Amino acid sequence: MEILVCVKRVPDTAENEFELNGAGNDLDRDDLVYSVNEWDNYAVEEAIQMVDNAGGSVTVITVGDDESEEVLRREMAMGANNGVLLADDAFEGSDGRGIAAILKAEIEKGSYDLILTGAQADEGAGQVGGMVAAMLDYPYASLVNKIDVIDDKNIKVGREIEGGNQEMNEIALPCVLSIQTGINEPRYVGIRGIRKVAKVEIPVKGVSDLGLDAGSVGDAGAKTRRVDYFVPDMGDGAEMLEGSTDEIIGKLIEKLKANGGL
Amino acid sequence: MTQIFAYIPFTNGQAEDVALEFPAAAQKIDAGATLTAVVTGAGSDLDSVATEMAKIYGQVIKVDNEALAYPNAEVVRKALVNIIPNDAVLLVAHTTFGMDIGPGLSVKMDAAYAADIIDFEGIEGTTLKMIRQELGGAVSTHVTADIAAGAVITVRPGAFAPVDGGSAGGTITDKSADAGDLTSTRKFLEVVEAEAGDVDITKSDVLVSVGRGIEDEENIEVAQELAAAMKAVVSCSRPIVDAKWLEKSRQVGTSGQTVKPKVYMAMGISGSFQHMGGVKGNPFIVAVNKNPKAPIFQVADVGIVTDILEFMPELTEAVSSL
Repeated sequence: MEILVCVKRVPDTAENEFELNGAGNDLDRDDLVYSVNEWDNYAVEEAIQMVDNAGGSVTVITVGDDESEEVLRREMAMGANNGVLLADDAFEGSDGRGIAAILKAEIEKGSYDLILTGAQADEGAGQVGGMVAAMLDYPYASLVNKIDVIDDKNIKVGREIEGGNQEMNEIALPCVLSIQTGINEPRYVGIRGIRKVAKVEIPVKGVSDLGLDAGSVGDAGAKTRRVDYFVPDMGDGAEMLEGSTDEIIGKLIEKLKANGGL
Repeated sequence: MTQIFAYIPFTNGQAEDVALEFPAAAQKIDAGATLTAVVTGAGSDLDSVATEMAKIYGQVIKVDNEALAYPNAEVVRKALVNIIPNDAVLLVAHTTFGMDIGPGLSVKMDAAYAADIIDFEGIEGTTLKMIRQELGGAVSTHVTADIAAGAVITVRPGAFAPVDGGSAGGTITDKSADAGDLTSTRKFLEVVEAEAGDVDITKSDVLVSVGRGIEDEENIEVAQELAAAMKAVVSCSRPIVDAKWLEKSRQVGTSGQTVKPKVYMAMGISGSFQHMGGVKGNPFIVAVNKNPKAPIFQVADVGIVTDILEFMPELTEAVSSL
């Protein structure tokens, strides 16, 4: 099975406290720690396990800039066979539809049975996989937390739905799936693994390589745009307890007693 | 004039709460817009929802077809492409169904797409201004969409104040004949219900709920000890279940259990909307988190900025000696 996994380099929500820049219109990006989007690691792990069972290869792909190469190498250290970087100044300012159009152009040049994405990334929209599928006229399922291969034409997938329930579907290949966390346990990647793939060549493709019209992607092609970032005024929020640990615990116990907690 | 359509999700003939929230969202998009509810399904369940919606919406479109009896996103998408006018704004709930259908539907309608919108700030020309969140709720953003060729917008359930269900006296139009070809390459098989776990967290008045801040599987014990001292039960957020440190049945959130305790102790939980969506009944919320900017402090009653691994044992000892 030939599997393509779309990944993204994102600010790590576990490692950063997000602040706005001086102008207040963007994040202060100077000291941000970036990593692979958490959901994407589950997608890559799933792809590697499927290929281990059924043969084939895993290709990881991203739309980004030079710095995005590091996330491709990390996923290749996990076990992905190939990496492709889609980078071009003309891609800047793309909305979800633009990113999907860029990915679609590259996907059409290959012959993939299965295309995986993470269920969502830093922006939380969860949109690119479903858009790519619609553009290719492939079937799609989102929030997938189980994949069983039936034969080389069909797979059975479980989708995570509300209330901890699971929706089972049978889907014809080729198809696009967005992968939910928890589907597997992504393997650990050590320094040695990264070193092994440090020299592997990763092709970089731009607008002309992909046969794209520059006006259809990037800011020029975007129908949706982020205007700014802001921190909303949420009113008073929580009453913050301060002081020594003993003082805090004393106050907390009174409040717990008053509210039925003790 | 803007035409707005709202796709009404329902189960067992009962519309979801968001059906009462779409009219408030539509009002904020364009107070002069026409608003139409769209219900798709099959048989008597569909009819009862359509009748209910006619009390809230001035116009209701229903599409009745056996292929729509279960809301398979691919099939519903095919029907909506044929029913919704090309330049309309379609509102869908940002649920597991909304995430499934929204992006592809926007492509097929060649419309703008905006996901998980929590507020609207009106239209200028053909530019709609909206608010959404990024990075797990850590920051908010203003976004714009050019809706000249229509838009598909998923709105976050609970973000808009529900309107009073009343007596709109709406008309129901049957567009079943316009749905077109509803064959599908994705076949719905069944819904597998969540397994019951060793404890029922929905039955406990006090929950000690742990998130990423617990850091390691071994530290779960620290939370168990606090819960024992408080005669409470341990629940958790999604990452703890993903790491398989606790059973799925202990997960609080939209993809886990919905709980209604008296007191909710959020220990090292950042407080994403998916997590807080499972905390109902307005409990007294205590949040302990190292990060003073964690979104949980915006919804908690009491907050403490500290490391839960140091704080929980101290609290356990203090509670035990009462």
